[in-house]
Amino acid sequence: MPRFSSQRLLRLFGALVVTAVLGFLLLPAIVVALAAFNGRAILSFPPETWSLRWFAKALAYEDFRAGVRNGAIVTAWASVIALAVGAAFAFVLDRYEFRFKRMLETLLLSPLVIAHFTVGLGFLILAAQLGVARGYAVVVACHVVLVLPFVLRSVYVSLRNLDRRLELAAASLGAPPARVLATVTLPLLLPGLVSGWLFAAMLSFNEFTASLFVTVQRTQTLPVVTYNYVREYADPSMAATSVIYIVATAALLTFATIFFGLGKVLNVEQAR
Amino acid sequence: MTPRPFLRAFVSPAVLCAAALLAALAAVLQYSLRAFVPGALEPGGFTLANFAALAKPLYARVFLDTVWICFITALVALVLGYPLAYALVRARSAAVKAAILVIAVTPLFLGEVVRTYSWIVVLGNNGFVNAMLLKLGLIAQPLQLMFTRFGVVTALVHVTLPVMVIMLAAALAHVDRDCERAAASLGAGPIRTFLTVTLPLSMPGVVAGVTTAFAWTFSAFATPQLIGGGQVNMVSNLVYQLGFASFNFPFAASLSVAGLALTFAVLALLRAAARPLEKIGPH
Repeated sequence: MPRFSSQRLLRLFGALVVTAVLGFLLLPAIVVALAAFNGRAILSFPPETWSLRWFAKALAYEDFRAGVRNGAIVTAWASVIALAVGAAFAFVLDRYEFRFKRMLETLLLSPLVIAHFTVGLGFLILAAQLGVARGYAVVVACHVVLVLPFVLRSVYVSLRNLDRRLELAAASLGAPPARVLATVTLPLLLPGLVSGWLFAAMLSFNEFTASLFVTVQRTQTLPVVTYNYVREYADPSMAATSVIYIVATAALLTFATIFFGLGKVLNVEQAR
Repeated sequence: MTPRPFLRAFVSPAVLCAAALLAALAAVLQYSLRAFVPGALEPGGFTLANFAALAKPLYARVFLDTVWICFITALVALVLGYPLAYALVRARSAAVKAAILVIAVTPLFLGEVVRTYSWIVVLGNNGFVNAMLLKLGLIAQPLQLMFTRFGVVTALVHVTLPVMVIMLAAALAHVDRDCERAAASLGAGPIRTFLTVTLPLSMPGVVAGVTTAFAWTFSAFATPQLIGGGQVNMVSNLVYQLGFASFNFPFAASLSVAGLALTFAVLALLRAAARPLEKIGPH
């Protein structure tokens, strides 16, 4: 059957293309892992000797440690605030009509298309004009605005998929709105809330360009510290740091995919 | 009027965030209209001189280069992202789906610095690509991949591919497969079904993906800075340089404003150009 074999050929071709693109996506991660376990300070492929010394050096490097500490502080605040603000707004966006609804939504989603250096520069100038010291608060405020669209989107998708009849059942049995929200809506939204928070936390921890503008020496987050390191030094400590990053991020996302249906939250599951 | 519990309490924090963003953008706009006083951090009086200076060939060139790089990046990301999104949505095995999803989405959350550094290790003169090609005897001298537009675009495609795949997959997931089955039952082969049914129906995702990829590429800073190494400059690099090397914040602000206007203009153009295409799609 010629038809059958041409379809198989097409499938094979498709699989090849997909594998090639996946290879392109994975290539830097694989190469950086090779560099991280390299025993020498100069890159060579494949490495002549293997060692863990760059991991030890990266983990002991004081600037990196300070970057992780600062990043943890900023991320903790920014992700929790963004989750609360974003989830609350997604709720009213899904349920109610009110004045300026569209405008407010557009405005809050706009950081998706506004260059981060513009947002960073804006918060930098704003802080200077208001006479606010450039402490953690400015960095947190900037991060909240930048990660909010992602929380908004993932909670909104979960709200759309929620079965409203369960809320109606609770209400008809006499539960006041606050109780329905706490005992029915929020538990049902948990996957969306957790994924939204995870997105916010990962994006905030990794936000670079805007952070470069709004941080000072004392508040530098990890991406800013690593950027300065890459500009100054060429040893593979940065490769080791990258490997830790890649493994941690992939593990978190795998976890989110398996336990919270990341595909559903990203809205990429086949509808029928 | 139906009761709307929580409305005020749930909207107020969002209004506060929107106000903060607006205030920040207004601050940029205000600074872009102020005179630069060398040696002082406080800007001078109101002027349009910053915007007049944008017309200088040096700056105009960076703007043109930036738009060009953003377009190429968005197009390559579309061509590479479409098959991946298609496989992600249509793969039969749940494990294959999950693997594609994690591999495709992970780079999005790695941050620009880690990804850019990885590409330096791949593209550098004694990096992976050159080492392999030398070992295979295909080249005698290392290829110059760093500090070239090719290098910058390659890394930028890697940066924008995840978001492109997510947008395309979201659109493909909502393509009604009955339409495809109908086409097939009328005798259309798989290629024809794809070109006349699936592709047009996924057009909203293509438009969303290309526009977002464009805006994200425009926002990139570490990639052109480190891989471009001063040879390839984008608007972001200029803004940073003017702000933190020359402390000319008014001019940096006017570049940002022009960049923002340019982004919005291109996005509006892309959407307008895509409108006839989207008409075919679902409503």
